[in-house]
Amino acid sequence: MDTGMLIEKSVLVILLFLISLGVAAYQTYFERKLAAWIQDRVGPDRAGPFGILQPIADGVKMFLKEDFIPAKADKWLFIIGPGISMFTALITSSVIPWGTNLNLFGRDISLQVADFNIGILFVFGVVSIGVYGIMIGGWASNNKYSLYGAIRASSQMISYELAMGISAITIVMLSGSLSLNDIVKSQHGMNWNIFYQPLAFFIFFITSLAELNRAPFDLPECESELIGGYHTEYSSMKLGLYLFSEYTSMFVSAAIMAILFFGGYNFPGMDAFSGNVLAILSIAAFALKIFLFIFVIMWIRWTIPRFRFDQLMHLGWKVLIPAAIVNMLVTGLVIAWNEGWM
Amino acid sequence: MSLQMISVILGSLTIASALMVVLSKHPIRSVIYLVITFFFISAMYILMNAQFLAIVNMIVYAGAIMVLFLFVLMLLNLNKEMEPETNRMGIISALVAGGTLFLVLITALRDTFQYGKGYTMVKVPEAGLVENLGKLLFSKYLVPFEISSILFIAAMVGAVLLAKREKQVID
Repeated sequence: MDTGMLIEKSVLVILLFLISLGVAAYQTYFERKLAAWIQDRVGPDRAGPFGILQPIADGVKMFLKEDFIPAKADKWLFIIGPGISMFTALITSSVIPWGTNLNLFGRDISLQVADFNIGILFVFGVVSIGVYGIMIGGWASNNKYSLYGAIRASSQMISYELAMGISAITIVMLSGSLSLNDIVKSQHGMNWNIFYQPLAFFIFFITSLAELNRAPFDLPECESELIGGYHTEYSSMKLGLYLFSEYTSMFVSAAIMAILFFGGYNFPGMDAFSGNVLAILSIAAFALKIFLFIFVIMWIRWTIPRFRFDQLMHLGWKVLIPAAIVNMLVTGLVIAWNEGWM
Repeated sequence: MSLQMISVILGSLTIASALMVVLSKHPIRSVIYLVITFFFISAMYILMNAQFLAIVNMIVYAGAIMVLFLFVLMLLNLNKEMEPETNRMGIISALVAGGTLFLVLITALRDTFQYGKGYTMVKVPEAGLVENLGKLLFSKYLVPFEISSILFIAAMVGAVLLAKREKQVID
């Protein structure tokens, strides 16, 4: 491996890390402002102009709170829990192609940390282990509400993972590749997958909300029933990490949805540009799509009431999974017909 | 660092975490060590350029089966005091089962030492990639592949039947 590549990848990793955290921090501000706007309030406006420094104030507050570990908690697992959540939230960004190649210092720099040929499976792998943070933290707290939250989280995530995987398979079938980079390239020229797979997108979006534990599927932390759910016993920055990991995953999953269904960094009329201008415009287009998805996810949170747990299971197993399977079979038949295999 | 050295380090870490699964007194910690073991095994697959197998191992074992294990253990609320007492029959049957497995492993090890001399670690570099694996599964190994899928359906039908029976008892 040459040194240049090592340097460019390291810089990219550090940049991504900082951007993910920064975006997550400002998502909390954006969410509070949006909630205020929807509920006809002002929202945070004390720290800085328009309350723009609010996330920093929140962060400082989180760090200064007393860090408390319950006496009967499993100490190590209690500490590891939020760490696992944060780790799984951050690591997915390594396979996301953020834009077309950038040309700097005479080097062609790919804006993707690792171009895995099975990128989409990597995303699902990380999603499937993402539940450990919540489960371990909830169990280690030695609190019945935390345990309920942990159990709800695990059954919810296992149930919705199936429909999510099956709906994403149709995208793999259309583009013929598991690599996220190839999936994005196959959607070049307004050939976005949303036009071919609206049902798959709908299912994927709903299951993403459930995997993120976002309203209307935020039953693992459901404050009206379970106090704080899995993070009832957490305080200080450990709680902060749990909340942060939710926002980071929201950012990453908005990016994944944009890649799979909305053409990733592709934008209309991108053939007119080339080189670094194209790279910067593609990053901007991708960022805009991510922003729109985050906005929709927040909009849903402040509009739709929470599901009941049996309704959630019913929706997952009896509606979304059959719909995803039918969608997959129809896609397969259409592809087979077009290719002349039938 | 050479490939050989990485594989030795990974192997010893795998064995260490697998041992911790057995030695750890706490069932939840055992499960977590088992998850870590699966991660090391996935790393081994990646070392052999079998990325697809590595990720599937992660999704299926670490991500689904072990979550269910953890789920059940959390509900059971096991701890050190409640560990079941082992009787003589249990010890004897465990010895027989473990000894048989050990025998099979030794045979396999002997075979590798005898016939595996000339093999390098990655015999066909692209064998583990999705395209090649898929082609092999749907041509050369089609029959075993389909039979294993029938096995899965049988297991699913069994699970549905069990769930149905439970419901009748409640009614």
